[in-house]
Amino acid sequence: MALTGVEIFKLLPKTNCKKCGFPTCLAFAMKLAQRQASLDLCPDVSEEAKQKLGEASAPPVRPITFGVGNKAIKMGEETVLFRHDKKFVNPCAFALEIKDSLSDDEIITRVEEILNSEIERVGQKLRVDAIALINDSNDAARLEAAAKLIVAKAHEMPLIICASSPQAAEASLRLYADKKPIICGANSENAELMADIAKTYNAILGITATASGGLDEISNITEKVKALGVTDMVIDPGARKAKEILEQNTLIRRAAIKKNFKPLGYPIITFAQREDGLKEALIAAIGIAKYSSIIVLSSIEKWKNLALFTLRQNIYTDPQVPMQVEQKIYKLGEPTSESPLLITTNFSLTYFIVSGEIENSKVPGYLAVMDCEGLSVLTAWAAGKFTASKIAQFIKESGVENEIKHRELIIPGYVAILSGAIEDKLEGWKITVGPREANGIPAFLKSRAA
Amino acid sequence: MAFTPPKETYTGKVYTLEIGVPPDTVRFGGENVLPLHGFEGIVPSRPVIAYEIQDIPPDDWPDTVKKPFKDVSDDPVSWAKFCRDALKARAIALRLIGTHPDRENRSPEDAAKTVRDILSAIDVPLIILGSNHTEKDASVLIAAAEAAKDKNCIIGKAQEANYKTVAAAAMANNHKLIAMSELDINLSKQLNILITQMGFDKERIITDPMCSALGYGIEYTYSVMERIRLAALLQNDATMQQPMLGDIGMYVWKAKETQARPEDVPPWGSLEERGIAWEAVTAIALIIAGAELLVMRHPKAIEAVEKVVDELI
Ligand code: B12
Ligand code: SF4
Repeated sequence: MALTGVEIFKLLPKTNCKKCGFPTCLAFAMKLAQRQASLDLCPDVSEEAKQKLGEASAPPVRPITFGVGNKAIKMGEETVLFRHDKKFVNPCAFALEIKDSLSDDEIITRVEEILNSEIERVGQKLRVDAIALINDSNDAARLEAAAKLIVAKAHEMPLIICASSPQAAEASLRLYADKKPIICGANSENAELMADIAKTYNAILGITATASGGLDEISNITEKVKALGVTDMVIDPGARKAKEILEQNTLIRRAAIKKNFKPLGYPIITFAQREDGLKEALIAAIGIAKYSSIIVLSSIEKWKNLALFTLRQNIYTDPQVPMQVEQKIYKLGEPTSESPLLITTNFSLTYFIVSGEIENSKVPGYLAVMDCEGLSVLTAWAAGKFTASKIAQFIKESGVENEIKHRELIIPGYVAILSGAIEDKLEGWKITVGPREANGIPAFLKSRAA
Repeated sequence: MAFTPPKETYTGKVYTLEIGVPPDTVRFGGENVLPLHGFEGIVPSRPVIAYEIQDIPPDDWPDTVKKPFKDVSDDPVSWAKFCRDALKARAIALRLIGTHPDRENRSPEDAAKTVRDILSAIDVPLIILGSNHTEKDASVLIAAAEAAKDKNCIIGKAQEANYKTVAAAAMANNHKLIAMSELDINLSKQLNILITQMGFDKERIITDPMCSALGYGIEYTYSVMERIRLAALLQNDATMQQPMLGDIGMYVWKAKETQARPEDVPPWGSLEERGIAWEAVTAIALIIAGAELLVMRHPKAIEAVEKVVDELI
């Protein structure tokens, strides 16, 4: 259970020596209780206290890295139930299921599909992150053969091996010994054997309950496995229906965060596969919003990926600080001193939409991006951050006057009202009102260039 | 270690709202737990999805969502009938967009006639929405509310700038009312208080914290909805216990993702499925955040969301 500030205080040296950077031991204890400071800041804490506090102050959801190298996936480390309280930390990973009963060609096609799944959105590269290889054939040799195909084609791709037979699991795991895979399928019957294999091959162990066992059974298994020396686990609570996913995921996250209940303090894996691709997308959406760390999908059509990647990006943004880009004059295409100059705010979404449309127009240009603390054009205007005098000052200080010969600035259509005031403040400049929506920019720029 | 499920104890409850005239009524709200948390309390009704139609043809809707209605959408009455009879709509949301001064600037009398025509042709719980021009809406919604007198509709949206007129019109004609503010829990609370101070029954209000689409600010709507629900249930705040509206169709079908052709953005895949998924994913996210009433457009998106709601209940 989480310790209170006073309980932590009792374990500290109580000398108020300030070496931790806090005025008193009690102040430091309070920060520890809120997980806003880390114990190693106090150099004098006793070993005994360290041990007691270490357990209690460890993150409620264990941080685990799945896979290695460039494509490694960080999971866990979450500290809240609701995103408005604090940013959700590690975005959930999407894994495509590959059944070992497929033909070799089919397996390779699916691996290629994953390798080609990357999409860029608002400056982030988003992709399907992992493969879930399912021992559908129930045959150890086939599972191993499939794993071999996959590792040859995508040796960096994090892999989940789903097999309930420890023998089958072991044969394929050998190929992944240095790649930190997940081996899914430890249950109350095979837990010891599975734990052994996980230890040997340095794998993360996926814990599953029987239909009736539920979270009680999961807790027993994770405790048992931990006692056997395996520390990295993911939980499959067995939920498949939307209602169960919502219920189990909520209870697991709550137990971890509010009760600091260690046996459930692990990342959750959700199997969302459905025959109907759209329905599968919606089940996955529930997992994204409600605490899944890995979501297994049966198909990854482009339209589905785009929607799911976007929801994940939205849910995992920082609620306090909007995504922003740097204030500067961006060059799009290869502009010359005659090319048009447009202005917008530094909210990432706004910048990427507008710069994308300028690129679509094929007319090279300059985009002046002004720091408005990451607010959209209208929000920044309403908040007094995108005003005539601030725009004028920014343009003057930006140095753009040395790059272009003309003195014309194109402003967003939604702030047409500013045009007169900017002209007053920016001597010698002409202000042109552009279209309201960014999708009007290509036609607008083309017609001017013509 | 034995596991005791950490169930939450809630002190508040969301009001139940019923709209329409018997036997054609629908209900929503009424839960005393966070959205769809049936495992720790009661969730008496499922979210209601209303099909959006408008008083003028949907010229500005993208093709994907225009197509299912192409044979009926030049007449609001046949459009409404199609939704009710062929698509089994549980409710219909009529947006009087043609009254907007920048559109056709239709008169309040035109709006009233459209409402009357629909209500005399079919029995269906009706949501009557203005064009979101606060000034014009005040007069349009008075006429529309009168035309629907005693049909137990929802009238909207009352906003800070026009709530007195719109709320009075809803009250005088026995309707429910949507109160919309701009993505801020305090503004939302404030508006509910102002409206109830006029003598409007707090249990007849629907809160619209303002919607946004997937990829275009949905995280703001999502979090404001979650915060409103937490205030309603954990703090028993009676000014936040109204059911919530997600008016998603108009935001979703404006997004580039629901319109761009695959040849222009190859990594985005099929346009039709992409648009439908965009609307359905937006809807599910907001249902999880707490929306009990949704206004949507595409029949396939609605169908998929209903199926998942079946699973959630
Ligand atoms: C999300 C949101 C917020 C978020 C902030 C998000 C952010 N990072 O900016 C929050 C909740 C914090 C917020 C707060 C406020 N908001 Co606000 N908000 C919105 C909302 C819903 C979406 C804004 C958005 O993200 N748009 C998407 C981006 C991409 O749009 P954009 O930057 O305008 O860019 C588009 C165009 O302008 C154009 N464009 C952009 N640059 C350029 C450049 C050129 C040259 C051209 C040609 C075109 C172009 O292309 C883009 C795509 O078409 C809008 C309503 C809506 N649905 O639009 C209200 C809205 C902008 N907010 C509004 C208001 C009033 C406020 C507040 C003042 C009120 C309040 N609630 O307290 C505060 C102010 C914030 C503060 N004090 O810090 C009003 C503004 C009203 C007005 N006309 O002035 C709006 C319009 C809501 C409304 N209908 O009343 N808001
Ligand atoms: S460093 Fe340790 S002993 Fe010194 S004030 Fe901080 S907590 Fe107390």
